[in-house]
Amino acid sequence: MPDLSINFAGIKSPNPFWLASAPPTNSGYQVMKAFDAGWGGAVWKTLGVPVVNVSSRYGGVNYRDKRLVGFNNIELISDRPLSHNLREIEEVKKRFPNHAVIASLMVQSRQEWHDIVRASQDAGVDGFELNFGCPHGMCERGMGSAVGQEPKVLQMIVEWVMEVAQKPVIVKLTPNISDITEPALAARRGGADAISLINTIQSIVGVDLDKFAPYPIVDGKGTNGGYCGPAVKPIALNMVKNCAQHPDIKLPISGIGGIENWRDAVEHILLGASSVQVCTAAMHFGFGIIREMTSGLEQYMMEKGFNTIYDMVGKALPNVLHWEDLNMKYKVTANINEDKCIGCQLCYTACEDGAHQAIKLNAGTRVPEIIEENCVGCNLCSLVCPVEQCITMEQTDSGTEHLTWKERTEAGTAPTEFEDEKAGGRHHWVPEPSAALGKERHKTLPGKARIINGETTVPAEA
Amino acid sequence: MAEFSTPTTEQQFAENFAQLKPVMNRTEALYESSRCLFCFDAPCIKACPSGIDIPQFIRQINSGNDTGAARTIYEANYFGNACGKVCPTEVLCEGACVYNLQEVKPIEIGRLQSFATTKVIKSGEKLFGPGADNGKKVAVIGAGPAGISAACELRSLGYGVDIYEAKAQPSGLTVYGVAPYKITNEETLAEMAYLQAQFGYNVHFNSAISSREELEKLEDKYDAIFLGIGLGKTNELGLPGEDKINCTGAVEFIAELRQHHHEVAVGRKVIVLGGGNTAMDAASESSRLGAENVILAYRRAKEEMGAYEFEYDLAKGVGVKGLFNVAPVEITGNGYVTGVKFIRTETKDGKVSEIAGSEFVEPCDMVIKATGQAKQTEFLGLIPGLKLDGKGRIIANAHTGQTSNPKYFASGDAWNGGAEVVNAAAEAKLTARGIHAYLSK
Repeated sequence: MPDLSINFAGIKSPNPFWLASAPPTNSGYQVMKAFDAGWGGAVWKTLGVPVVNVSSRYGGVNYRDKRLVGFNNIELISDRPLSHNLREIEEVKKRFPNHAVIASLMVQSRQEWHDIVRASQDAGVDGFELNFGCPHGMCERGMGSAVGQEPKVLQMIVEWVMEVAQKPVIVKLTPNISDITEPALAARRGGADAISLINTIQSIVGVDLDKFAPYPIVDGKGTNGGYCGPAVKPIALNMVKNCAQHPDIKLPISGIGGIENWRDAVEHILLGASSVQVCTAAMHFGFGIIREMTSGLEQYMMEKGFNTIYDMVGKALPNVLHWEDLNMKYKVTANINEDKCIGCQLCYTACEDGAHQAIKLNAGTRVPEIIEENCVGCNLCSLVCPVEQCITMEQTDSGTEHLTWKERTEAGTAPTEFEDEKAGGRHHWVPEPSAALGKERHKTLPGKARIINGETTVPAEA
Repeated sequence: MAEFSTPTTEQQFAENFAQLKPVMNRTEALYESSRCLFCFDAPCIKACPSGIDIPQFIRQINSGNDTGAARTIYEANYFGNACGKVCPTEVLCEGACVYNLQEVKPIEIGRLQSFATTKVIKSGEKLFGPGADNGKKVAVIGAGPAGISAACELRSLGYGVDIYEAKAQPSGLTVYGVAPYKITNEETLAEMAYLQAQFGYNVHFNSAISSREELEKLEDKYDAIFLGIGLGKTNELGLPGEDKINCTGAVEFIAELRQHHHEVAVGRKVIVLGGGNTAMDAASESSRLGAENVILAYRRAKEEMGAYEFEYDLAKGVGVKGLFNVAPVEITGNGYVTGVKFIRTETKDGKVSEIAGSEFVEPCDMVIKATGQAKQTEFLGLIPGLKLDGKGRIIANAHTGQTSNPKYFASGDAWNGGAEVVNAAAEAKLTARGIHAYLSK
């Protein structure tokens, strides 16, 4: 069996799955229950001067019948007295000495930082995570993302912490910034041992159409919250990659954002994370999801021959390039497997309206046909096709040529003028604009019985 | 033991005849509508005789616009709720759903349709109304799916509409002929009440039009007459003993059943003659009424039955046994039915022939003849110049429904020879527009 254990900047954990600092780690009861279920570590709900929270704290984004593809909260840090949290941390560490307990911290003054780091160390934590990410409430008080957005302030606070910390220090970064590597570099300059990202994204998850107020609604009003859940994974992956690829950051990364199953976790790891943190999925489905996550990770590692997590950390990074370094000679075109096609024609309408008019319909069949010379290989049809492996993208170039935008620019073969002959779409066929009119089947007509006994009721002017 | 115990209360009847397509709740509708792919030029629309924009109403349900969904449905088909429940969706919209080709369960379009329509019927939300009065009047004979649909469309076009109905309730076979497990009387009549409240046509119940004099009065009083008269009684077979007690027609049996539920008695052993959908219904219903043995006797082979496969499956599922390649020659008995004398048949080159000397008697205490309904040729003969085809169906223009007597228009079973509620509803909408075109000249 592969070894799932990690040593993350000196923090040891039986597996890379940690609960993120959030409601699931609000108490010793929850953390113990999670460890008992199989979680490797937990970042305790942020400690600081206890807050007072509002009622109505979470909002969700549903997609059709799928609940919580996105999630946001306006809850603040722990509202429990520090001593209660520390006592419970001590108890958890006694019961689970080999699991990772990390104290998330957020205070203001240098003295407060020193005090809370020392107190947490005394309680037996394995490390610290400095919460410089919370984008709601706390930032209005000069903490959380207000710190994460100011690299100089961030660096200074990290330095304060490092003055007394005897355990590894992780800096948690906010994504509410244009370049995530700047605060990451500041963390490194301040002496941090690791970074974790992303914290939540400033958001409004929805507006109540009757009350005209944003969710979650507090007495008829709302405020921006922090967005997380499956929907944010792509943003998180990109930021993890940015930090992992930066030549000067060179810190272990704890990946956070949209992790719900082993696949999500592996993606974070392949882009450079060496531990992962989960919150929304645990809030949605409970701690039991860890069973699928560890089993899936183990199975994947066995299939790939990875013995430890470190065999796969950052394995996808060499394949993430700048756009200008991609091979422009590579060419794929869509291929419809007629035996699998069920005739929904979503590919047709998607290509017609959303891409390059490279799919046509033929009389007597519902199976569309690819117009190969128009196909630019954009993937759209294969993405909308509801049947597995029905539309595949097949390589059509020889595979021997290689030319990048950068090389074209250097060689002076890149288009530079408005009417440039070298433009990619210069000789690509598009229909005449007026050909768009009069296509009755392309409209969703307003509910009229469209065709009865072969007679169409479409008005003449349509 | 019989498959079902004989129902003696309304509740037991409702259990034995539990709805095949119960109304969805909001959660189920959300889940089911979420599965719709929103096909381009969707096959389900093409498969619907009334051309309902199905992906549109499903998308409306999915986005929480249930009222808009109901509007989409009713704009295409006034029997929106009835059709959702009684249509053979397996061979229409749901049969055309592309999911079938992936061996995935098709979208439950019928139930989604009823979900949306039931909601507005219950709330009574006003979605439609009569058009501005154009001063012209149309008489509608028959308050079935054709007549009611024509009345709604004509009212929206501004006509005054009076419906003359022989029976005491509207909706025709929807309340008198459809199997009770497909739709309840309450559901049917609620939709009729909803439509009447929306469009405001008049219905004269228990007002059969059956004489030349009555027709003349209508011809004098109205600008056009719409024939939505449907079909007549069950065809006589012309067999000896057909008049015996407990030998009944399926149409008559089902009409009784719909009106009197568990008070209708069924034999202990029932033989249903026929191989069409009505035969399947009568057989299923006999079983659900507590008959111990129900035999479905058909003169040709199983594969040749006119009934939809799912209807036969439904009958088999409640214990009905098939008896094929047998033709009835006599109903035996002494006052009451005691059996049916059959002769075995064989099909060669598409022709059925009897096998000499193969007669046998299958004992039973009830016979239900599901051998088709007669055309109302006698009544139709009272209309001057009205032409019928060789099968007794009214001949009318395919696009306008106008008959060979220009004042008369037709739709539904009397025109198409016997089809589904949805066909009548779709045809009547078209014919109403045909009347409008004719009277607007």
